[in-house]
Amino acid sequence: MRRRSSDRARDGAAVGLLWISPWLVGFGLFMLLPILVSLWYSLTDYELLSPAEFVGLANYTDLAGDAVFWKTIRNTAIYASLWIPLQTVIALVVAAWLAPPGRLVGVFRTAIFLPSLVPIVAASLVWLWMFRDRQSPLNAAVALIPGAGAPPWLTDETWAMASMVLVGLWAVGQPVVIYMTAMQDVPETLYEAAQLDGMGKLGCFWHITLPMISPLILFNVIIGIITAWQVFAQPYIITEGEPNRATYFYTMYLYDVAFQFRRMGYASAMAWVQLLIILSLTAAVLAGSRGLVHERSL
Amino acid sequence: MTGAHDRHTRKGGRLRFVLLAAVAAVLLSPLAWMVSRSGMYGEVLSDRIDGEVPRFALHTRNTLLIALLSTPGMVLSSAVVAYGFSRVRWRGREAVFFFVLATMMIPFPILMAPLYLIFRELGWLGSFKPLWVPAWFGAAFNVYLLRQFFNGIPRELDEAARIDGCGHVGIFLRVILPLSKPALVMVAVFHFLYVWNDFLAPLVFLLHQDQFTLALGLSRYQSTLGGVRMEELLAASTLTIVPVMVLFFVAQRAFIRVGAGSGIKG
Repeated sequence: MRRRSSDRARDGAAVGLLWISPWLVGFGLFMLLPILVSLWYSLTDYELLSPAEFVGLANYTDLAGDAVFWKTIRNTAIYASLWIPLQTVIALVVAAWLAPPGRLVGVFRTAIFLPSLVPIVAASLVWLWMFRDRQSPLNAAVALIPGAGAPPWLTDETWAMASMVLVGLWAVGQPVVIYMTAMQDVPETLYEAAQLDGMGKLGCFWHITLPMISPLILFNVIIGIITAWQVFAQPYIITEGEPNRATYFYTMYLYDVAFQFRRMGYASAMAWVQLLIILSLTAAVLAGSRGLVHERSL
Repeated sequence: MTGAHDRHTRKGGRLRFVLLAAVAAVLLSPLAWMVSRSGMYGEVLSDRIDGEVPRFALHTRNTLLIALLSTPGMVLSSAVVAYGFSRVRWRGREAVFFFVLATMMIPFPILMAPLYLIFRELGWLGSFKPLWVPAWFGAAFNVYLLRQFFNGIPRELDEAARIDGCGHVGIFLRVILPLSKPALVMVAVFHFLYVWNDFLAPLVFLLHQDQFTLALGLSRYQSTLGGVRMEELLAASTLTIVPVMVLFFVAQRAFIRVGAGSGIKG
């Protein structure tokens, strides 16, 4: 081992940077530059037709008094705090059923994963009609419940939010497959030892499986936070943010401010706020999970 | 699993089977419904799509063109960068790699307004350039996938090539790339799906209906053609899913493994 590593020549940092230069240039042009540009524009009043005019922190103080801004923050937070825990719990349970070998398990894996591959626009259109059409499987299933009519999926404020969460949960196959793969990698010897100690199935799941895959759960929760704050296509296509802006999400408002109202300065301030929200939520989750998550190297 | 263990859990196994079947049925039902409803229009499907959804073929062509223009760049650049993180040994490499991963946390919505202004300055708005040029600089996720794959290739092969007089470029071209075909194909597939599914970026950067991608066009058939019926929309949606499903079944194994697992093992 030692011989091998000392044999290999060390390259200069210049060689390394040269190899990764495509990414570095791309990062500079399409990420760093836009972020810096938007920091500048967030301090200006810029409506595209006339030149940008420096206004200091006015955009940020305007945001603080913008009721629609707060509504979209609230909606997005509600969506995230419903969708992420539901998705995590469902995915963990289904993955635990899918992980061991069994009859038709391969078919079930494919069936559960498949919907998460459906392109977002197609998925949104399908669900639009799932909610609207009386004969859709969704409404047909609801009709089987005695005394229950079809709920106002898209026309009631609470139901509309629930509908959005439902659409989000359709893609649960993605985390299911991730958890399932990880569960199959947990060493069998751990379970055998625990069974000798008289631990039952639930005990094994709680004390062995969950801790062993906890780094992945953490990873998925963080991805979930980022995804939830980006939600756009589903409400844009299915509800257009209605009723009464109950499904008007942060990214939709940002889009409207930038490209409908053409207020680039205000939109840039919103983008910065979004970046800070995502970063601080991620930092909070990372800090809060310390001690809960089983340490394992990347 | 031992036989005794099997017998022990047979009852649980049956319950598990029923539960899994239920979950699968619930998740598949929207898809099955969509396909069956659009299937009722089977005979007139192509006429409908051509007639009442007039730009369907054009939008498909646009999407394929963007995928074609961007995929080679995405695969090539991501592979070069991944090589720099896997085989070139340089100070600060791990820190920079961590930074690359961290940039995945910056979502597109944060960048879209300033990117719009930058592309406007470059005169790229209303062309396909904003949608394919950036791909030629690689993407963090694909770099990550390929680095993981490259790390699994035995270093002894590098050494052998080095003894034969190969430098980094030689090792990259003659050892790493030929052995990484499955991973490179996966990156191409992932990128194709990304282009095929992308909605927000085309919405922001494309200005004319004639340039729309399929995803963007599909979202508009509903609103621009008030007379479009549910069956026609579902038929069009079904058609956008077909290539994805075909790719999935062709590359299923790698899909599940690379798409899900790679993140984790290192």
